This record gives sequence, structure tokens and C-alpha cells, in this order.
Amino acid sequence: MQAMVFRRILIGFATLWVVSIIVYFGLSVLPGDAAAIQLGQAATEESLAALRAQLGLDRPAYVRYFEWLGNMSTGDLGISNAGGATIASLIGFRLGNTLELGGIVAVISVPLSVFLGLAAAMYPGTWLDRALTFGTMSLVAVPEFLIATFLVLIFAVKLKWMPSIAYMSGGETFWEWVHALAMPILVLVVVVSAQMIRMTRAGILNVMNSPYIEMAILKGVPRKRIILRHALFNAIGPIINVIALNLAYLVSGVVIVETIFAYSGLAKLMIDGVQTRDFPLVQACAMIFCGTYVVLLLIADIAAIMSNPRLRNPK
Amino acid sequence: MSNTTENPGAAEKVVDEIDKFAELPDAPPKKTIKLSWTGKLAAAIVAAWVVVAFIGPWIAPFHEAEFILDDSFVPAGGCAEMLDELYDIEEWTPEAITKYCSDADVTLFLGSDYLGRDTFSRILWGARTTIGISFVATLFAYFMGITLGIGAAVSGGYIDMVLSRVNESILSLPSIMLGLIVVAALGSSIPILIATASVIYATSVFRIARALGQDIMVQDFVEAAHARGEGLWWIITREVLPNAAMPLLTDFGLRLVFVILFISSLSFLGLGVQPPTADWGSMVRENMAGLGYGSYASIWPAIAIGTLTISINLIVDDISAKSGGSLAKKMV
Repeated sequence: MQAMVFRRILIGFATLWVVSIIVYFGLSVLPGDAAAIQLGQAATEESLAALRAQLGLDRPAYVRYFEWLGNMSTGDLGISNAGGATIASLIGFRLGNTLELGGIVAVISVPLSVFLGLAAAMYPGTWLDRALTFGTMSLVAVPEFLIATFLVLIFAVKLKWMPSIAYMSGGETFWEWVHALAMPILVLVVVVSAQMIRMTRAGILNVMNSPYIEMAILKGVPRKRIILRHALFNAIGPIINVIALNLAYLVSGVVIVETIFAYSGLAKLMIDGVQTRDFPLVQACAMIFCGTYVVLLLIADIAAIMSNPRLRNPK
Repeated sequence: MSNTTENPGAAEKVVDEIDKFAELPDAPPKKTIKLSWTGKLAAAIVAAWVVVAFIGPWIAPFHEAEFILDDSFVPAGGCAEMLDELYDIEEWTPEAITKYCSDADVTLFLGSDYLGRDTFSRILWGARTTIGISFVATLFAYFMGITLGIGAAVSGGYIDMVLSRVNESILSLPSIMLGLIVVAALGSSIPILIATASVIYATSVFRIARALGQDIMVQDFVEAAHARGEGLWWIITREVLPNAAMPLLTDFGLRLVFVILFISSLSFLGLGVQPPTADWGSMVRENMAGLGYGSYASIWPAIAIGTLTISINLIVDDISAKSGGSLAKKMV
């Protein structure tokens, strides 16, 4: 087992490395380098060359890549093109905001979806299961921003329960804070739970197809007992896998939600960076997001290995 | 989630389906696909949108970029005498609409958007942009994914290993992140959008096509073809592709939905299709502010996307439900 987990971790690192290549070269080898962007119309041959030398752009791309990679891995994220602030200072509290949002969403949506997925799998074909299946399928099939738009229409415009912008001044009381964050949290919970409910249900029904469950059915064990005593324990691995995968989906959900609600988080910072073509900033944000994603996928895979005796003790 | 993110769970499911499929005897009986009533309704909706995508610009009352009204966010049924200066309407209440619009030259079916353009016309025009871009991107993704995937399965060895590793790396990134990186580097235009989406989604097609190809290549009938002395090209086109066609077709629907979600999410972020071209994703974004004034200008395009993607999903579900049931389902 150790060998397998170790191998998987190595693959994870290899993936991260490929990601860093994509992120770095995707954004640096293209026409219009940082110096040209910074000088804009005022660029002359000499000033361009001077700034390039100052920014180190006159050295070959691979040298700069390894320098960047080294800096990144020691936590030096570089300097923003726009304004020259350090990226670490830009990211600082925004990363905290994003983690806070993601954390709250995870705490709410994980138990909720495991419970609902279990309920749907326990009574397949009933109205509860059909409603959940159709509802989650529809939610999964539409873009996040569509769900957000409808929820804003209902809760912010019609019912006026919550504000449609998540503005945080920093000095709010707990309830003001809940009030401000309610909309983004609601949207993300709906988006992530829909996917997670579907996958939990599918995971348990998958276990229900194994011969030992058929045996239990044939000897007359009641359905509830089959699920809670026999199926659930074997489905725990797949469920952990599902949870990790869905927390990874949060990454893309967060991008949309932070934009809609003008929530000052990492994703919003990155979108702003894309719009102003602030490459160092985009690179740093992309590495943080992709790194998180890869780590969560890694956890999902390791959970799958740990929970499956056949993978745990390979022949 | 919909996730603009693709769904590895779904991919796994498809691969499972494929496994089942590949175990069938060499000449599977011809199956006719019968849709349930929800499936039929969904198919009708999709067909309607496809028709709109073709003829939308001709049946639309106005051009997508034409300014009709001075007023933005006029509600459905609002009217104009082309760039309205005649009325001094403070608020578009239902009374005002009946008072002024009963004999107006021009009535805006779904009201006007944030620049006073006709929302209805823009949805009809946008169908072509949204569906067209997504469809073309999915086609390219399929072309690349199948060529490389079957190629990897057939050639094996180093080629297979390198292709699969690169593929896994791209697959292990959130698609929206890749989209953002490309747009940051190259800016946004329709060809770039199509290229980006097709490369990103070719990765999942590659995975499925490779798995299918590997399964089929070890079947007896392929061995028989080898023994007969058939060439590799013959085997690929006559044995592998026909046997891989059905599962790949079902997957096409799912993939198309992911591409639509991806493109419209980028547009929604303001990084996809650029104005004044009408696109459903950017229409939702542009008109979000109107929600506060009680305008539904951002809801209509949202409904357009929703009906299209949900319908495609319903059809796919219907088809895959027909191709296998489980004990747990039969048990109830």
C-alpha cells in the first residue's frame, strides 16, 4: 500500500510540475512582454531594452522559468505588474477570505449531501429519490452563474432577505457578517451539493450491485439494514473520494461566485489580473488554485486506495 | 456545477458503460432508441433551439447590436417609436405599457436590455453564437480526442505513455483555470475560444476513446482480422471505430453540455464572447444590474441556456438508462 500511495504522491508532484510549465510558459512566451505592456505607447527601443534588462527579461525563458519556480516554492510570489506591490501582500487577506468561504461551504454541504444522497439511495424510485435525482441533474446541467442569478432574483430582489453584494468592511458584527455572506454561501452550497448528492447516491447504488449485497437481499435482510450495516461501510471510501472531488469543484464555483457578489477573494483578484493582463499575479493565483485542486484530487485518490482492500494489499 | 468543471464521475460511468459494451459479441443486435416522454420533450426543445440557431438572425425583429429604445431595462411588452423621444415615461408600469403601447410601431417582446436593445432579438441571435461555438468546439475536441486516443490505444508503448501522461496533467486542472490562462495570454476572440475549449475537452474524449480502443483491440474479431492480413487502417476504420461509435455518441451530448457551460461561464466573466455580439452567457452578465430594478433581461438568456443544457442531459440520461439496469434498481 505504501508503495502505491507513494507512487500516487509522486504523480501528484509530477502533475504540479507540468502545471507550473503550462502556467508559466502559457503566459510568458507570448508576444507583448511585461516591459512592452508597462511602457505602452511611450516605448522606445532603448527604454524597452533597459526595462527588459531591469526585469530580467533579456535572459532565456528557461532560466527565468527555473528562477520563478524556485521563488514560488520558497513562497516568494513576485511583484505585480500593475503598481508594483508584492503579490504576497495582494493575496494575503484575500486568500483568507476565499478559504473562509470555501470552508463554510464545505462544513454545510458535506453532511447535507451525504445525508440526502444516502436517503435517495435508500429509497430509490420513490418521489424523494426522483425529486432529488431530477433536481440535482438540472442543477448540475446549468452554469453556476445561472443558479446564482435565480437565487439573487428570489432572495435578494423579491424577498429582500439578503444583499446581492457581499461587501465586507472588516468591522462588522457576527450577524452582519452572516448577512453579507449568506448569498455566496447559499449559491456555492447549492452548486456543490447537487454534484455531491448525485455522486454519493451513485456510489452507494454501485456498492448495492455487488454479490454480497445480492446475498443479503436473497436471505431477506431489510433494505434499511442492508444499506446502513452492509453497504455504507464499503461505500465510505467512495464517499470520501466524492467529497474530495467536490471540494475541488469548489475552485471553479468560487471563481464565478466571487465575481457575481463582488466578494474580495483570490478568484476575484485573479479575474482582475486577467483583465489587466497582470501576468505575475495571474501565474501566482493560478498556481495556488491548481495546486489546491491537484492536492484535493490526490487526497481523493489516496482515499480510494486506502478504502479498497484489493488496492491496499495488491497481489 | 455545474460545474464548468467536467465531472470525472460521469467519465468513469461512461468508461464502465464502454466496458460493458465492449464485452458484447462482435455483431451486437441493432438497437432502436426509444425515448420516454421527458426525452421526447427534451429532444423537441433541443431541436427548436437548433432551428433558432440556424434561422434566428432572419426571424429576429432587430439586429443584435441595434439600439431600439432610449430607456434601458424596459419590461416585457414595452414599446418604442424607433428611438423613442415622443414619450416621457417615468416608470414602465403595466398601465404605462397599455397606455402607450397599444398602437405603437414597435413592441419589444421581452423588453430592452441595459443599452436599450431588444432582448428577444438578442436571444435569437445569441443562439447562433452560443450553440455554434460550442458545437464546433465539441466537434474539434472529438476529432482530436478520437484521433489521438485511438492512435494511443493502437500504437501502445512509449507513444501511449507520453500521450496519456500529458493528457492526465491537463485533465487534472480545473477547465476554467486553463481558460483564464489562455484568455490572459491571448485575449479573447471566437477562434481562440473554440481552440481553447476544444483542446481542454479533447482530453476527456481522449481518455474514453483510448479505453474503448484498448478494449476493442483485444477482441477476437480484431485478432481474426489481423490473421486475415488486414491492414491497420482497415482494422481501425472497419472494426474499432464502428464498435466505439455508440458510446462515443452518447458521450458527445455530455461533452457538448460541458463546452456550453465552459464558454458561457467565460462569457459571463466578461472574458468570452465580446460585445456587441450577442451571447447568452454575456447577456446574463450585462443585465445582472437590471435585476435590482425588477428587469428580467438577464433571466431570459439564463432560461435559454438552462432549457438547452437540461434538455441535452435528459436525452443522454434517457439513452444511457436504456443500455443497462442494475439489481438495486430492479429491486424496488
